[in-house]
Amino acid sequence: MFEACADPKAIEGLQWALCYLTSGKHLDFYWSFMTVLGLLAITAPSALAMGFLGATAARSQIAPVSWAGKAYIWMVRGVPDIIFFLFFVIALDQLIEYLKFLAVCPATDVSPWQGLEFRVCPEAKVPSARASGFVHQLYGFGLAVVTFAIVFGAFTANVIYGAMQAVPRAQLETAEAYGMSRGQVFRRVLIPQMWVYALPGLGNLWMILIKATPLLFLLGVKDIVYYARELGGSKTQAYEYPHGDWRLYYFLVLLVFYLAFTRVSELGLARLTRRLSHGQATAAGEALRKAAA
Amino acid sequence: MKKLLLATALGLIAPAAFAQDVVRLGTEGAYPPYNFINDAGEVSGFERELGDKLCEIAQLNCTWTTNDWDSIIPNLQSGNYDAIIAGMSITPEREAVIAFSQGYLPPSASAYLALSKDVDLKSGPVAAQTATIQAGFVAENGMTLVEYATPEETVAAVKNGEAVAVLADKDYLAPVAAESGGALVLLDKEETIGGGIGMGFRKSDDALRAKFDAAIKSMKCDGSLDAMIVKPEYFGPDSLVWGDAGKEGC
Repeated sequence: MFEACADPKAIEGLQWALCYLTSGKHLDFYWSFMTVLGLLAITAPSALAMGFLGATAARSQIAPVSWAGKAYIWMVRGVPDIIFFLFFVIALDQLIEYLKFLAVCPATDVSPWQGLEFRVCPEAKVPSARASGFVHQLYGFGLAVVTFAIVFGAFTANVIYGAMQAVPRAQLETAEAYGMSRGQVFRRVLIPQMWVYALPGLGNLWMILIKATPLLFLLGVKDIVYYARELGGSKTQAYEYPHGDWRLYYFLVLLVFYLAFTRVSELGLARLTRRLSHGQATAAGEALRKAAA
Repeated sequence: MKKLLLATALGLIAPAAFAQDVVRLGTEGAYPPYNFINDAGEVSGFERELGDKLCEIAQLNCTWTTNDWDSIIPNLQSGNYDAIIAGMSITPEREAVIAFSQGYLPPSASAYLALSKDVDLKSGPVAAQTATIQAGFVAENGMTLVEYATPEETVAAVKNGEAVAVLADKDYLAPVAAESGGALVLLDKEETIGGGIGMGFRKSDDALRAKFDAAIKSMKCDGSLDAMIVKPEYFGPDSLVWGDAGKEGC
């Protein structure tokens, strides 16, 4: 990167360390922290949205909608993440290409599934073979977001479903006695009150989601754990910066990162719980009321 | 039924007509000097130089991508890339699922790396990378096999004492032994497994395979392949080369 680093085998000491830590691969490693944070920033709200939809569907008065919601929660929760990530992503990728295959390929009478191979014409490849490496990375990232959102959405749905049931019946009945419609009760009374019950469970899921990001590598997205393993592994003279087995130090950095991240999240969640407990008919809400008085 | 048969027959012929303007090459990126990710974060090593050269000869526009070794064949079949060039030995088991080009590296020796020369290979587990010819060899020859996902981890297992030795390509292990400062040694015993190293293609992709086959053959004929193999940063002057055997039928 710097001119002084042109011949890494001739330099040593601090300068070597500086050059080593700014090599192209290390810069990729630093970027991968952004990848992980970006994934969390997009996945958490999407999973929350999926969960909200799932829970609302599961509570629906219309039987087929309720069945669909419950089936979604039950199926996704019951399948191990790693299987889901291996199977679902390949299936999703093939489904996308199959749909494009039907639209753009000249001959669509031959099924693309031929024995072990999946073949579509080059025009139907997603992303196209001509696309840059960045586009391929972005596509993998997109698949990852969708998969994470579906998996964590199911768990979120179950938490929200439970939280909706936990809102005291009396609150809802009182609202109905005031003449509110079903929708009004849902929007004005149930949803504002449910969050405080959902928060501990959602906080747990958030923690698990933070730690689940190494699953990204299964999808071809290089995350921080991949880079720590790759950079830390011992390097022979074939590399510009030969060194021994340094995986321990790289994993220590990750340990500190994950602990710091989860600690900050815990503090944030504690503040949020306090805020949401204001004026609620719960023990925490009562404690806040007494403290204020 | 007739229609189904016809469809199947068409399926066998049609893909050969596909015009491919960009060829995606898939490699592992963790097996120096065959292929590895260099410090700039790019695919590097013998197969990088070879692959680029072959694409130049065959007048193809190639791009590189890396994939985990474990899923390197399924992802080829699923169409995520068009060819595997990852130090993959040609074996009958692999030939049942993918098609190989002719070899670009002659069958090379596999070596054992251990903490001392007098280690008894039957006294403990022997490490090998998952789904390699060496893993199969260890399992079939009365030794206890312990598998790891990457070559790096197999060597680490010997250092940690989890395995008494690791069996892998000698070209990979020799620099590891040389740079360990005597902590790791190669045993005198060597094994010859597999039928050379070639590029892997989807079975339906005959056209592409033929192009690379011709390019490899032309490099054998003019001797440039041998010259590349013996480069000091790859396999060195003592390595096996094609020599006159490679020039047959030029």
